[in-house]
Amino acid sequence: MKPAAFDYHRADNLQHACELLSSSGDDSKILAGGQTLIAMMNFRLARPKVLIDVSNIADGNQVLDEDGGIRIRATTVQRFVENSESVQQRFPLLCHAIEHVAHFQIRNKGTIGGNLVNADPASELPAMSLAFDAEFDIISVAGRRTVSASEFFVTYYTTVVAPNEVLSSIRFAEPPKNSGWGFHEVARRAGDYALAGSSAIVTLDAAGKCTRARIALFGVAATPVRATAAEDVLIGEAYSEDLLKASARSVQSILDPESDVHVTADYRRSVAEVLTVRALNDAFRRAKAVQ
Amino acid sequence: MSITVSLQVNGRNVSETLEPQTLLVDFLRNHLRLTGTHVGCDTSQCGACVVHVDGLAVKSCTLLAAQAHGTQVTTIEGLETEGRLHPVQEAFRSEHGLQCGFCTPGMIMSAVALLRRNPTPTEAQVREGLEGNICRCTGYHNIVKAILTASTHMPAQSAQASRS
Repeated sequence: MKPAAFDYHRADNLQHACELLSSSGDDSKILAGGQTLIAMMNFRLARPKVLIDVSNIADGNQVLDEDGGIRIRATTVQRFVENSESVQQRFPLLCHAIEHVAHFQIRNKGTIGGNLVNADPASELPAMSLAFDAEFDIISVAGRRTVSASEFFVTYYTTVVAPNEVLSSIRFAEPPKNSGWGFHEVARRAGDYALAGSSAIVTLDAAGKCTRARIALFGVAATPVRATAAEDVLIGEAYSEDLLKASARSVQSILDPESDVHVTADYRRSVAEVLTVRALNDAFRRAKAVQ
Repeated sequence: MSITVSLQVNGRNVSETLEPQTLLVDFLRNHLRLTGTHVGCDTSQCGACVVHVDGLAVKSCTLLAAQAHGTQVTTIEGLETEGRLHPVQEAFRSEHGLQCGFCTPGMIMSAVALLRRNPTPTEAQVREGLEGNICRCTGYHNIVKAILTASTHMPAQSAQASRS
């Protein structure tokens, strides 16, 4: 046996999962797709005493169109979201980002909620939650609360979800009309976690001036990073190469990446700036195209 | 703790009592003796363990057998019909799409899923579709050739587009 022994419970639904969590002690874990957790357990880096399986609950895959956004059930597998016509039309950036998550076989099982709660700062989806002003709906036997993406991520692999809580759904807000997007990452192989990545959404007015911007980075700090200072540089301005460079330059100063076996912190900081310029270039180009 | 897991494997109903930490790939190989599915890396990097669960390609080394409860699983052994190789298997044979053969079952299961989704892929789409499978002999050239060959030989039914 690769993983250490554990007790296993199959939850009928997320409310049931909450009840099982509250009765089974602190060393219990929710098993969603298991595409990170089981690999960690195979290495025995994780040894939960109890697993509560939500991977086969009824209607686990759900993408709901809402006014001004979409709500994705936490248990929805990534591939389902990527194949959703509604997401493809309304959230092309989200689809594009999901295609960068691991391989399609893993996305057939890995869930949106599992990825977000795992909170790997080098993963694409946590950054997407910042880019789309996401709201996280979290439940427990005690009730329900909503947390915004800016408050959700605490540090490496840590979110505000308490041991007795379960992420239920995530709402992504749709950017305004006349918006364009860009997404660039550097990874050693297709499907690997990014060494650094940057995404951008910009909204332009009729004169081509930027009225709203989102810049979200990943792989560059202990959490995904929204670069509000870099966004502010763009507001009220029309496209120019110098503008994009000035915006991206301000990204560097707020980042606190680590060096590891692959690359140095300086490399990450420098690549983050370059990728931000590229993401902004694409975002402005696409925003102009929809005008 | 032991649990009962019931599922269909290659069309056969199977019900077994297992320890919950049993991985799907170990269940297939050790309990059912379906050793065609290989274990390469145990961390879903290499793709040697790819099987289909309810028609979707997944990596069986990072899935508990318990998670496959109530599903239909297809392994490499389940692809042939009445002793005739599946067109993708046949194409791997005719195009010499393997060297040591270790990655082959996963390559073929991924390729079958790829062709279901896209019955007439370009070479670039085939290469992209194989990003979750590693061949340490680096025999990718003939693997890609085999899948392109298979795409021209797939009967209409098995080439039916689906979202696997």
